[in-house]
Amino acid sequence: MNEEIKTIWRNFFNWIMGNGPRPENEVIPPEPPPDLPFTQKPKDKYSRFHEATLKERYSQWQEIHGLHIFSMLYSGLSVLTCIVIVSLLLATVAELPPFGDEKNPANNEVIRRYVEHGGHETGAQNIVAGLILDYRAFDTFGESAVLFTAAVSVLMILGISRRNIFPDKASPKAAQTGENYLLRAPPRLHVFKEDDAILRAVASLSIPAIILLGCVVVINGHLTPGGGFSGGAILSTALILCANAYGFERVHKFFNEKTFIVSSSTALMIYALSKGYSFFTGANHFHSIIPKGTIGNILSGGLILPLNICVGLIVAGTLYGFYALFSEGEI
Amino acid sequence: MLEKLLLNHYEAAAVILSGIGLTNLLLQRNLIKKIIGLNIMDTAVYLFLAAKGYVEGRAAPILIENGSGGWLTSSSLYVNPVPAGLVLTGIVVSVSVTAFALALTLKLYEHYGTLNIDEALLKMTHEQEVLEEKITKAEEEVLA
Repeated sequence: MNEEIKTIWRNFFNWIMGNGPRPENEVIPPEPPPDLPFTQKPKDKYSRFHEATLKERYSQWQEIHGLHIFSMLYSGLSVLTCIVIVSLLLATVAELPPFGDEKNPANNEVIRRYVEHGGHETGAQNIVAGLILDYRAFDTFGESAVLFTAAVSVLMILGISRRNIFPDKASPKAAQTGENYLLRAPPRLHVFKEDDAILRAVASLSIPAIILLGCVVVINGHLTPGGGFSGGAILSTALILCANAYGFERVHKFFNEKTFIVSSSTALMIYALSKGYSFFTGANHFHSIIPKGTIGNILSGGLILPLNICVGLIVAGTLYGFYALFSEGEI
Repeated sequence: MLEKLLLNHYEAAAVILSGIGLTNLLLQRNLIKKIIGLNIMDTAVYLFLAAKGYVEGRAAPILIENGSGGWLTSSSLYVNPVPAGLVLTGIVVSVSVTAFALALTLKLYEHYGTLNIDEALLKMTHEQEVLEEKITKAEEEVLA
C-alpha cells in the first residue's frame, strides 16, 4: 500500500517536473545541428512532450490555444453581462408607472410651476426655451462650454499636428525647398472635385434657403420649436454644403480658424456676462433693467433671444469646425 | 411581467437598445464600430427620457392662445418640458464625446495604419519593445 502510494506520487512528480517515462510510439526528432550560432536558439525546444515541465507545457498550450479560448470566453462573458444587465433593467421597466399616464410621479409640482408661471416669469412662449435659457441657463452655458471645449480639443489633436506634418501648410518656403519631404502624412482624406456642376447648382439654390431657415429657427427659438442648438446645426449644414460645392478656400474667405475662435469666445463671454448679471439681480432682488416684453412678440423673453443667438453661433461654428477638421485637417 | 412591459413598450425598447449598444461596445474590435455602439446607447437614453416626459393627449409645451389675447397656462394641457431640456444636454455631450473619440481614432489610424484595436495593441507593444531596446543600448553606450 505504502509502495503503491509512493509509485503514484513519483509518477505524479515526474509528470509535473517533466521526467516522465518515454512513450513507446514516440518519434524522436533529429538533434539540432551542433554548430548553431551562440545567440540562435533551436526552435522546437519542447518537441518531446514528456520532457517538459507542467509550467512549460502550460505556456506552450497557452501560446497555441490561449488567444482563441480567451476571445471565446470574452465574447461569451460580454454577451452574458449584457443579457444580465438588460434583464435587470427590463425587470425595473416592468415596475415603472404606465406610459403616458398623467398621474405619473414625474408630472409633479415642478412641472405645474414651470408651465403655469413660466410664461409670465420668463416671457417666452416656448416653455422649453424658457426652461433651458432662463431657469436653467447655467446648465446650457455649461453645454455650450462643453461643445466649445470639444471643438478646441479636436483642433488641438488634428489641426496643429497636421500643420507640423504638412510643412507646406505652415510655411510656403519649406514646401518650395522640399525639406521635410519624408515627414509628409498620407494625402488628404477629402478630395475636392473641381467641376461638379450639379452640386454647385443645387448648392447655390439651397444655401440661401438653409441659412434663412437656420436664422428663423434661432431667432424664433422662444416662440416656436427650435432654438440655438437646432438652428446652429442647420446653419452649420449650410457651411458644410458650401465647403463641398465650392471648396474650403471659398469658406475660408469668411470663416477661418480665427473667425471661429473669436466668434465662439465672444459668444461664450456675452452669455456668461449677461446671464451672470441676470442671476445676480434676480437672486438679490435688485431691479433688473432687462424687460420681459409681451409673450408672443419677437422681442420678448428678456435675455432668451440674445442667448439663443450666442448658442447658435457657437453650435454652427463648432459643427462646421468638426467637419472641416476631419476632412481637411484645419478649419 | 410581459403585460407591464407592453404597457411600457417605449422604455422596454430603450433598455433593449442600450443593451445592443453595450454589446456592440464590448464585442466589436473596430474602433469606429465601438463609437457607433456608444452612440446607440446615447440614443436609447434619449428615447427613455422622451418616453418618460410624454403624457397621453397633451400638447407640446408651447403656450396656446386662448382666442381673446391671452394664453392658456393650465398645466393639464402640456406635456412635461423637463425631459426635453435633459435630452438637449445629452445630445450636446454625445456630439462632443463622439467628435473627440473620432479625432483620437483618426490619429491612431494615421500612426498604426489600422482601426482594429487588437492589431493596434500588438503594434503598440512591439513599438514599446523596440523603444526599450534602444534605451538599454543607449544606457550601455553611456556606461561604456
